This record gives sequence, C-alpha cells and structure tokens, in this order.
Amino acid sequence: MATLTLDSVSKVYKAARGRPVTAVDAVDMRIADGEIIGLLGSSGCGKTSTLRMIAGFEDVTSGHIEVGGRVIDNLLPAERNIAMAFEGYALYPPLRVRDNIGFALLRDRQPRAEVKRQVEEIAELLEIVPALDRYPPTISAGQQQRTSLARALIRKADVFLLDEPMSQLEPQLRAVLRARLKDWLITRRMTTVFVTHDQTEAIALADRIAVMEEGVLQQFASPDELKERPANLFVASFIGEPPMNLFEARVDRSRSGLGLAVLDAGGARAFELRFDAEVAGLADGAAVHLGMRPHRLRLGDRAGAVQGTVTSHSWLGDQTHVGVEIGGTECIVVAEGEVPARLGAPIAVEVPLRAVHLFDADDGRALFHGSEAAS
Amino acid sequence: MQRQTVIGRGVRVVLLTLVGLFFLFPIFWVLLMSFQTNQDILRIPPSLVFTPTLENYGALISGRLESTAGVLEIRFMNNLMNSVILAVSSVALSLLLGIPAAYAFARFKFRLGEDIAFTLLSFRFAPPLLVLLPLALYFQQMGLIDTYIGLIWVYQLITLPLILWIVRGYFEDISEDIEHAYRLDGNGWFKTFTRIAIPLAKPGIAAATLLSFIFAWNNFVFALILASADKQPVTVGALAFVTASGIQYGQIAASIVLSVTPTLLLALYAQRYLVEGLSLGAVKG
Ligand SMILES: Nc1ncnc2c1ncn2[C@@H]1O[C@H](COP(=O)(O)OP(=O)(O)OP(=O)(O)O)[C@@H](O)[C@H]1O
Ligand SMILES: [Mg+2]
Repeated sequence: MATLTLDSVSKVYKAARGRPVTAVDAVDMRIADGEIIGLLGSSGCGKTSTLRMIAGFEDVTSGHIEVGGRVIDNLLPAERNIAMAFEGYALYPPLRVRDNIGFALLRDRQPRAEVKRQVEEIAELLEIVPALDRYPPTISAGQQQRTSLARALIRKADVFLLDEPMSQLEPQLRAVLRARLKDWLITRRMTTVFVTHDQTEAIALADRIAVMEEGVLQQFASPDELKERPANLFVASFIGEPPMNLFEARVDRSRSGLGLAVLDAGGARAFELRFDAEVAGLADGAAVHLGMRPHRLRLGDRAGAVQGTVTSHSWLGDQTHVGVEIGGTECIVVAEGEVPARLGAPIAVEVPLRAVHLFDADDGRALFHGSEAAS
Repeated sequence: MQRQTVIGRGVRVVLLTLVGLFFLFPIFWVLLMSFQTNQDILRIPPSLVFTPTLENYGALISGRLESTAGVLEIRFMNNLMNSVILAVSSVALSLLLGIPAAYAFARFKFRLGEDIAFTLLSFRFAPPLLVLLPLALYFQQMGLIDTYIGLIWVYQLITLPLILWIVRGYFEDISEDIEHAYRLDGNGWFKTFTRIAIPLAKPGIAAATLLSFIFAWNNFVFALILASADKQPVTVGALAFVTASGIQYGQIAASIVLSVTPTLLLALYAQRYLVEGLSLGAVKG
C-alpha cells in the first residue's frame, strides 16, 4: 500500500572476532505501490538481512530505505507500519492461535467482533481454522508457519515482508495457498517482498524477482526477463528448471553470421555451432560461456544438429528429460511427450539460436541472448 | 513408551523408596528430634518411642530457654524475622537490578558488556572472608555496619550475580523474532521487555529467585561479621544454642524445622513456574 525504495543499502555485520561480514552489498530496488516482489538466492546470500533492515531490526550500514517516499532509516520498528512473517514463525507461546493472529488489531482497539470475523476469514484462507483455539506449541510446524503468515497478512501495513512463508507446506497445499495468497495480495494492493527458495513459487507469485548472491543484487526483473535475458551467468544458472546447460566456447567470426567453437573439458574443439544472424559486438576468438536452455533444445537430425550419446533418460509424465553427452560435456534436453531413447545410443540435438546465451568468460556478464537476435 | 514388566515396576518402586529414605531420613530425624527433650535425644541406644513435647518450640517462641544452668534469653524469633527481612529484600533488590541488566546483556551487544558481566560473576569467586574484613572497616566508617541496608547491600554479592547469569541465559533462549514481531505491531522496547521477555523468562526468574533466596537465607559469614545480635539471621543466631550447660539439641532441631519452612514454602510455590518452564522449553523454535 506504499512504494518501497532501497537506495544503495548495505549491511556489514561486525564480528567480535574475525573479519566483518558484508551480508548485503549496495542493493538498489525501486518497488512500486502494490507490487509483489520475490527475493530469490542461495542460503546465506542476505535475504533475511535485507528484510530485517526494512523492518528496522538492523541498522543499515549505509544507504537509505524509503517507504512511500519517506526515509525510514531512523524510525523504530514500531513506527514503520510494516508487517512481517518470520522465517522462524515467532509466535507468542502463551496466546492462542486466534489471539496471535488478531494481536495487532486487538491492540489497535478494534471491536472484538470485527477482529474475530477477520481472523476467521484469514484462517479459512490459509486452512488453519481447526487450529484457531489451540496454543502455538501444540500445533504442527506448517500450522505455525501459516499462523505467522496470517498474523502478518491481517494487518493494514504499508509494506509486507514474508520470509519463506510457505516452506513447511506440502506441494499440493502450497500450490493452493499460493493462488489464494496472490489473490489476497492483489485485491488489497499490498506491497509485498517475499523470500523463497522455490523458483516455481517466485515465478507464480511475483511481479518481479530480485536474485541475490553473496549480498549483491544480481538482477531485478520480471520472471520472463530473467529467463530470456539473464544479466549474468549466476542468474542464468540459478533460474530455470532443469538448469541451463553450460559449455566453454570461443567466438568464431571467420565467416559471416555467428560461429561458436565449443570446447571440451581439456580445452580442445569438440563441436561447432553456426547461426545465420547479424550479431554485433562479439570479437573473433573471444572466450565465452555458452548457455543453452534445456527447454529450447530439440532432438532431431536437421542440418547443423550436434551428435551426442544418450546418458540418462527420465519420463516425467508429460515431458522427457534426456541427458546427452556432447563433446565430453553432459547436457539436458527437455522433449515434449515420451521419447524412446536407449542409453548409450547416438542422438542428434538441434540448437536453435533462441536457445543460446553467451556470457563473458571472465566476469560472467551476459554478452548475447539468442532470443533477441532470433526474433 | 517403554513396555514395563511387573518386576521392573516393582524394582523401580523399591529403588525409589530407598533413595527417598536416604535423602529424607535426616530431615525426618530432625523433625522427630524437635519434639523430644534433650534427655530423649541423648539416650543410648536411640529410640523411636518417646512422649512428644512442644517444649522446644515453646522455648523458641517465648524466647526463654530453661536449662540446668538457669534461664537463658534467646532471640530466635527475632533472628528468624531478620532472616526473612534480609533474604526477601536482598532478592527483591537483586531482581529489580538484575532482570533489566540480564536483559541488556542478553539483547544489546555493547562494548565491554561481556567483561562487565563476567566481573559481576567473579564476585562469587572471592572467599567471602577476604572481602569482608576490609569491607567491615569501610562499613564502620560509613555507619553501615549493623544496619539492614548495609547487610542487604553486601548480600547483593551473593544474589545479584546468580540472578543476572541465570536469567540472562533464559532471555538469550527466547527467540529474538518474537520480540521483533511484537515491536512491529507497534510497541516500544520497554513494553516488549515487560510484556514479552519477562513473561517468557518466568521459569528462569523463578529458578533464580529460589536459588538466590536459598543462598541468601543460608548465608553465615556476612551476617556474623557485619551484624550484631539484633540484626542477626537464624544461621548466626543458632550459635546461641551452644550454651555453657551443653548443646540444646532439641531446640536446635526445632529451630531447623522453623527456619527451613520459609524456603520450603517458596520452593513449593516456585515449582509451578519451574515446571511451566520445562514444558515451554520443549517447544522452542
Ligand atoms: N547477526 C548476525 N551477525 C553476523 N553475521 C550475520 C548475522 N546475521 C546474518 N549474518 C550473516 O550474513 C549473511 C546473510 O545472512 P541472511 O540471514 O541474511 O541469509 P539468508 O539469505 O536469509 O539465508 P537463508 O536462505 O538461509 O535464510 C550470512 O553469511 C550470515 O552468516
Ligand atoms: Mg533467511
């Protein structure tokens, strides 16, 4: 219900002994009113630290945080009007689930009947009605987690911070609640930042996703953008299931179009790819990482196809993940439907231009996205 | 649940009874002694058969000890009162100072914090007598010797570190995020301290209170040196039973029974919170 801006925010934890830890490093984010943001990244990359700074439990080491255009760096947590669901739930043990959820509303002296109605509404939404009259220590971890989520969602706050709000739930329930949660957030125009380890969840729920690694914001963009135009090698390999196939390669501009000499583990030329595309800016002989999306590769023997050997084969019910060894490197191809393939059999893989991404061999920065040149 | 055979259960009952007897026998014996005359007590061999008498209690309460050497004034009731005053006010003062301090040490990482906390604990390392002799001189100059205030002050050496360190551990065990959640709901840190931290640390506070009360109650040296007869607690006052005409075992027993009673009552009362603490501890996280 307000904009949220992180302006070059850093967090350095000073350890009593040892080196200080830079948990968050100059993160910039401009989040619009009512936008839902997913925060994605490996464990320990600074997601929780970012949320804790927004909530005010940690001082920002440098930079500024604004909510609704107002700098909140020096406000107490109580003055920020922010709601948060904690990674560790943090329920009040002596209060029943019902009172835990309605706590903030009761404190604001809202009429009891009204609070009761709202608590029950959200309990129904999150499927915790049977737990309402129990005490937190006596309910399951999943129920505690949803209680904690409910306690945050029921508030009328400017910004909502949800730290791994559904990590304890089984996939079915998670999928159901994800849809309901999205609905709830959108109809109320709640500005939300949620942390998750589940890409599917981030992609399904978020308008934009922020990918973090080692405290640095790697890319902040829509799910489509992250898939089509990953800003660097980390994002490319982090987003996408199964993950992007990676090869070492050299750019070959000796002829027209774009040529790639793909190298094997020993650095010798394993196979060659050639595309009829006008590409600017890639120097002849430049060392690059070649990334290929498994979903974009095709099995088939048209001209330019690469020869490989089947090494694994898993039928998932609607698609097949075929592992193919090409030039000594393992690579996954996702094929629609069931593919009859024997292990060890030769197989041809077509590499369309739109499957191809190139990254700088030194710093991993994205150099080229095939989907841009192909369209 | 383990399956239990009848034999296993039988053995358990026997063993528990033995252990119980072993620990409770002295107390039981003292209780018996308190109802016996000195002659009964000193009879050889000792016997369980005697005519109970309330003489010992009577003597303690009236303050007149009649022995073969004549009538002796004892101030047991006065001593008991002193013990109550000293222990209760020392513990109360320590709670007042120690709980906020424990919270500060647990939650706010400040410079030298760890050193200060350890220094406070180190008061317990020094042999009390060593501290007391110079202290007695200062107290004399300051006019604090033989006053309740002076004694309560010195008693802080016993009670404060105990409360500080026990309660601090409990505060550290409370998830910080519970307090954070409460603060996000619009409450300041002081309210968080009183409404969330203290109630959740109640078992620890109960345990620390009980322990420090026992230590304060049983203290001997501080009061022996810093207090005169009318400020003395029972521990020191009990010396009076060693009289010129012999040791008054009956009265000693009766005075033990009387002076154990307050601690026992407190322990029974605190038990509720201690048990509550056990059940809360099981569900952390
Ligand atoms: N209070 C603290 N003192 C010192 N270092 C800390 C503190 N809190 C976090 N860190 C460090 O900061 C880094 C980021 O931690 P953070 O909790 O933000 O990670 P995260 O992305 O939330 O991880 P996870 O996905 O496991 O929850 C980690 O290296 C962690 O060790
Ligand atoms: Mg975290």
